[in-house]
Amino acid sequence: MENILLKDNVADLESYFASGGYKPLKKALALNPARIVEEVKKSNLRGRGGAGFPTGLKWSFIPQHAGCLRYVVCNADEGEPGTFKDREIIRKNPHALIEGMAIAGFAIGANHGYIYIRGEFSAEAVLLETAIAAARAKGFIGKNILGSGFNFELFVHRGAGAYICGEETALLESLEGFKGQPRLKPPFPAVKGLFASPTVINNVETLAAVPAIVEKGGDWYASIGRGKSAGTKLFCVSGPVKKPGVYELPLGTALGDLLEKSCGGMKEGRRLKAVIPGGSSTPVLTAEEARDVKLDYESLAAAGSMLGSGAVIVIDESQCMVDLLRVLARFYHHESCGQCTPCREGCGWIEKILNRLEEGKGSPGDIDTLYSVAEGMISRTICPLADAMAMPVMSFVKKFRGEFEAHAAGKTCALRTALAGKSEAEPGSAI
Amino acid sequence: MESTLTEEFKAKAAHICARYPRRDAALIPLLAEIQKEHGFIAEEAMDALARLLEIPYSRVKAVTTFYTMFKRAPAGRYHLQVCRNISCHMAGAPGLLESLRAKLGIKEGETTRDGLFTLSAVECLGACGSAPVMMVNEIYFENLTAGKLDAVLEDLRHNRLKDLGL
Repeated sequence: MENILLKDNVADLESYFASGGYKPLKKALALNPARIVEEVKKSNLRGRGGAGFPTGLKWSFIPQHAGCLRYVVCNADEGEPGTFKDREIIRKNPHALIEGMAIAGFAIGANHGYIYIRGEFSAEAVLLETAIAAARAKGFIGKNILGSGFNFELFVHRGAGAYICGEETALLESLEGFKGQPRLKPPFPAVKGLFASPTVINNVETLAAVPAIVEKGGDWYASIGRGKSAGTKLFCVSGPVKKPGVYELPLGTALGDLLEKSCGGMKEGRRLKAVIPGGSSTPVLTAEEARDVKLDYESLAAAGSMLGSGAVIVIDESQCMVDLLRVLARFYHHESCGQCTPCREGCGWIEKILNRLEEGKGSPGDIDTLYSVAEGMISRTICPLADAMAMPVMSFVKKFRGEFEAHAAGKTCALRTALAGKSEAEPGSAI
Repeated sequence: MESTLTEEFKAKAAHICARYPRRDAALIPLLAEIQKEHGFIAEEAMDALARLLEIPYSRVKAVTTFYTMFKRAPAGRYHLQVCRNISCHMAGAPGLLESLRAKLGIKEGETTRDGLFTLSAVECLGACGSAPVMMVNEIYFENLTAGKLDAVLEDLRHNRLKDLGL
């Protein structure tokens, strides 16, 4: 099927416009805003940042009484390890995002929007600023858009390096000029969000899908995909496959097809061991489990994992699962904002135990301790970062327990010893 | 202390503050501006910025130390930031870091004596499909190999990447 988001030759305003761009905005501005929210509801579009919350429903929570300021915020803080799709949308199709935000603004009655982009994406921030300026020059952003009387100002706000700001309330704190520490919910951002005003926060990929939904209708979008998982999704594949990259496919595509047909299969000599299907926070699948699973919200939940951000991390037999989990633990420990004790302390302990195991200083009791620390972190914190650490720990230990036991008993990593000579002789030889 | 902020900076700050209903929301973009100008954020600059935005110094300090991209001391001319997260790790990041430590004679967090290079290991840079990845100042280098890394180092040493803004 034809791509909705990843298109070639629409990066600049002229070509985007020539391909029908900003027609949906014009169409939207002639509709009743409530009708647009209904259409988005009908489309079954769900948040593409990881949580999968129904977008139209989120929009419908915005109070509509007169005289209240409202905001549309785009989450472009792409930081979930394995995820690199928003960057691709910004590079290839930035006007779909800008148009989507203007439509969202009109639908909920917001006159201001912010794109919160991670600080490291400086080239992409410039691309967005250039695109917004071009849209403003043509009257698609700014005052009295296309003579409709609707005003919408849009700004790019750069972050400064903090994974936690991908969590929506931490993002709002950061956007207001504070440390990125998540807020207690309720109140939800739809009621009290940015600058204490009702706010819709959506991921880049979610907002960029809006113009096509307005243009072709909610029913059309809902007909793509599988069941309640409607539309296309960007899958970011990393790891030892022949062609890693971002692929736009209908939800419900088999993981096997993504890896074999889109990515050309595993690299020569590599054998599939495991797949993390939705970004580093989602539970790992064994090669066996990965073989037949479909990539949609329900199928992955049924398989004990999550669609998450669509970041498919492919792991081959040459990798040590204890070592990889240690890499993730180091990351979550580093990124924990420190507000909640189970997360701050739990991530630290998990990293410590994994370091011990990997360095050959572990003991058999470590594995159960590891698991119980993770279990104790689930659902006990303000935001899901603790769960994002606990889920990989619990799934790695459950599914690859033998490797953890071998580390504890053998006092060393057999795989690392076997590979040591090779990787030291030629740095980067695994490439 | 406010004198440490130039008139030019203040004009730019007014422009950035105007994007938000509350001026203090511009704190992070303004810290980034200070770093762009001076290479790092000095205590005096934090103090001056607190006064400019009429917020407590403690908040400026808390924010400056919370975000990893803010530097509180001068770094080398080229800040080599190698991603160490899962996809880059599998694609050979540990080897690249090892090779940089050996070639530059420094560890993560250190700067070479000539002031040319600072080395850091950083978390996911969001370019996992082209792992392993390194960011030099604000420029991404992707699909790195040992050979490519050597070439980048040589190019930086001879100031050959000016076109990239390096």
